Amino acid sequence: MLSRIADSLFWIGRYLERAEDTCRIVEVHLHQRSDDPSSPGEAARNLLLLMGHETREDEPDVLDALCYNEQSPVSFLSALGSARESARRARETVPTEVWESINTTWLAMRGGRLQRMRPASMFKLVRERCAVIAGLADSTMSHDEGWLFLTLGRSIERIDMTSRLIATASLAGNTPRAWDHVLGGCGAHHAFLQRYGAVAADRDAAEFLILDRVFPRSLIYTLGTAVDALEHLGPAFQRIRPDDPASRLLGSAKATLEFLPAEEILLDLPEQMARLQVVCSQTTESISERYFEGSLAATWVGGAW
Amino acid sequence: MRALFDDYPPGEAFDEMVRTGGIRETAESVVSGMARLGLEELRGRAEYLRTTYIDQGITFDIGGEERPFPLDIVPRILRADEFAHVEQGSRQRVKALDAFLDDVYGEGRCFSEGVIPRHVVVTSPHFHRAMWGVNTPNGVRAHISGIDLVRGDDGVFRVLEDNVRSPSGVSYVMTNRRAISAALPEIAAQHRIRPVDDYPSELLKALRAAAPSGVADPTVVVLTPGVYNSAYFEHAMLARMMGVELVEGRDLVAHGGHVSLRTTRGLRPVHVIYRRIDDEFLDPAVFRADSMIGCAGLLNAARAGNVTIANAVGNGVADDKLVYSYMPDLIRFYLGEEPILASVDTWRLEEPEAREEVLDRLDELVVKPVDGSGGKGIVIGPRASQEELERLRRQILKDARGWIAQPVVQLSTVPTMIDGELRPRHVDLRPFIVNGGGDDIYVLPGGLTRVALPEGELVVNSSQGGGSKDTWVLAEHTPVHPQPAAPPPAVTQSVKMSEQVLSRVIRHQHEQQQQQSQGVTSC
Repeated sequence: MLSRIADSLFWIGRYLERAEDTCRIVEVHLHQRSDDPSSPGEAARNLLLLMGHETREDEPDVLDALCYNEQSPVSFLSALGSARESARRARETVPTEVWESINTTWLAMRGGRLQRMRPASMFKLVRERCAVIAGLADSTMSHDEGWLFLTLGRSIERIDMTSRLIATASLAGNTPRAWDHVLGGCGAHHAFLQRYGAVAADRDAAEFLILDRVFPRSLIYTLGTAVDALEHLGPAFQRIRPDDPASRLLGSAKATLEFLPAEEILLDLPEQMARLQVVCSQTTESISERYFEGSLAATWVGGAW
Repeated sequence: MRALFDDYPPGEAFDEMVRTGGIRETAESVVSGMARLGLEELRGRAEYLRTTYIDQGITFDIGGEERPFPLDIVPRILRADEFAHVEQGSRQRVKALDAFLDDVYGEGRCFSEGVIPRHVVVTSPHFHRAMWGVNTPNGVRAHISGIDLVRGDDGVFRVLEDNVRSPSGVSYVMTNRRAISAALPEIAAQHRIRPVDDYPSELLKALRAAAPSGVADPTVVVLTPGVYNSAYFEHAMLARMMGVELVEGRDLVAHGGHVSLRTTRGLRPVHVIYRRIDDEFLDPAVFRADSMIGCAGLLNAARAGNVTIANAVGNGVADDKLVYSYMPDLIRFYLGEEPILASVDTWRLEEPEAREEVLDRLDELVVKPVDGSGGKGIVIGPRASQEELERLRRQILKDARGWIAQPVVQLSTVPTMIDGELRPRHVDLRPFIVNGGGDDIYVLPGGLTRVALPEGELVVNSSQGGGSKDTWVLAEHTPVHPQPAAPPPAVTQSVKMSEQVLSRVIRHQHEQQQQQSQGVTSC
């Protein structure tokens, strides 16, 4: 597979997941605002900071910055736009159905159409369209190298964003309501109740979202998917240890979480989640170095004409 | 029928569907199909076409903006015998063009025998000395060509120009067919339309046939300038439908006379490059050094015979409009045949008498730059202002080699949906020809019909606000005429399930028995 195409697929995976998760995070934020309407400006600034977007405004418009504004680098509209651009560049590799689905989604959300919807239905629309695209990709692509890159991108983004989502609970003071919203934001409310019942504590929620081995949006599960994808991409059998830094980074992050003593989970949770986000960015770097930057060769740097 | 064409204005030009006082026979069944739908329904279907093209991203770029390629709802109809003529003529022309290119970059017989002056060829801006003596593995240089045809008042197809560099538009032929079949299923189903879906496999076959000798399973790639190119959609679609990689210049590495792809598993050799990048940008080591979309060293690898570039570099000499005027002679010279397709009379402005005459009659002629494409630089005498003509006159006097003149050809018209009404608009036709070497030449049935959407406009290029039409070549058999009086024979009787099962069981037993008896005989 062409390095450039692999790169595009990886980023399609990341951007689509980013769009979906951004929308989930904003939704959780809005719920938490309605529970605790004090100091809305600070909450909004904190949220934007969490998404990696510093602002000097006193009361920033969260919906604008994270949803509608195509120019804002952290909005899901810009993530969708980037996904579409990547898909356009890899159009001969991306199945037609997936491309059309991405394209129609993007077209349907531009030009102020989202602003005219109620936020709740907008969130639902974005989540569902992202699920449709992901589902089409899973069922119309061969699960070969290209799909593995897509999955890898999606998993890494999901780890990154879920860790941010978990961190929002601490921003809201770790109240049970806050954890409820986070669970809901991860689409985990139902699964969580089935597992723990309605008498659960905040630690249980954190435990579930971080350590559950069978819930597909939990950190451990997603880390596992990413590690698997990397394993399939690499050489078949390794006797000592994975030969690429990406596998090692993800593997050790996974082990750290997995073998954490139960009582330490809530202990500096935001700190742990931040560490995970660093791992994600380091992993991306090493994947791109290994697979995307192309075999080293002389390149034409241009000349006078 | 009345409702559709009642107020159809009779144009000055030959209309392919409507004649004075009626509908041409060729188009009758299509027109009656449309009449049954009614104008209102037809408008709805046209709207459907527009939205599907946007959703599918079937667009072309103008200055970085993606626009849907306008597709008209009314198909253009060609009879089998009409197209057979075009097909034969295109085949002959491609053979002659190929022989000419091979000669120009080799022996040069056409010069020594005086068919075409040497200076005409070597002064062409697209003649590349660097290609001299570079042989192609199967002798083909024009692997893919598009020949632009127009139909005059007499209904005869004439060649307007040849495109043997990178003719584009074939993807729209395929998407147009799919879209029109979906938009007008009732009408499409009543006709036997020659299919256009074979194009990608014929193209791949020809590209593989052009691979360097000794390569059993050649790797073919499509080389695109990138996502901002106006024809990017087409590049991606062809690559996808052939099942090959679509690459950009930076995905390629040329080293030691070989070309490779940068993949996730290291370098992989490439054997055939279907390039959609102009010569000037293809290889910065030979041509423009500031090109960032090419790959340095490609031409060296081609010269070493390790990679085939399709279409070959330097083909532009054959597109030159001055060379065009020599084509009938060249066909006679190389093939010993009379040209099948007519040409448009052309004045060579290098010749003093011709130049005199043309300068006198500038206001009635069409003057074109010899190396222009996309309708750029064309001056249509009767519509030009005095200033434009004056500027043109100065340009001609300065650079006579750079221009040719032709009489105004009144392009034929076909009804086209304009603001919800059917109006005559001018069209041309570009058949696509894939040359696999020897007699293996495939002509895509139909080709791209481009239509000039502004009223009376004669320039049909998409970069100048042109649209397109689906082109239907009807197969030999007469179309199934709908007979409203006599209803079609009764619907196929459904066979009872029990009987179906029974017949299947019987057949199954029968097969077994055969196998057994075979087994017996072989024992």
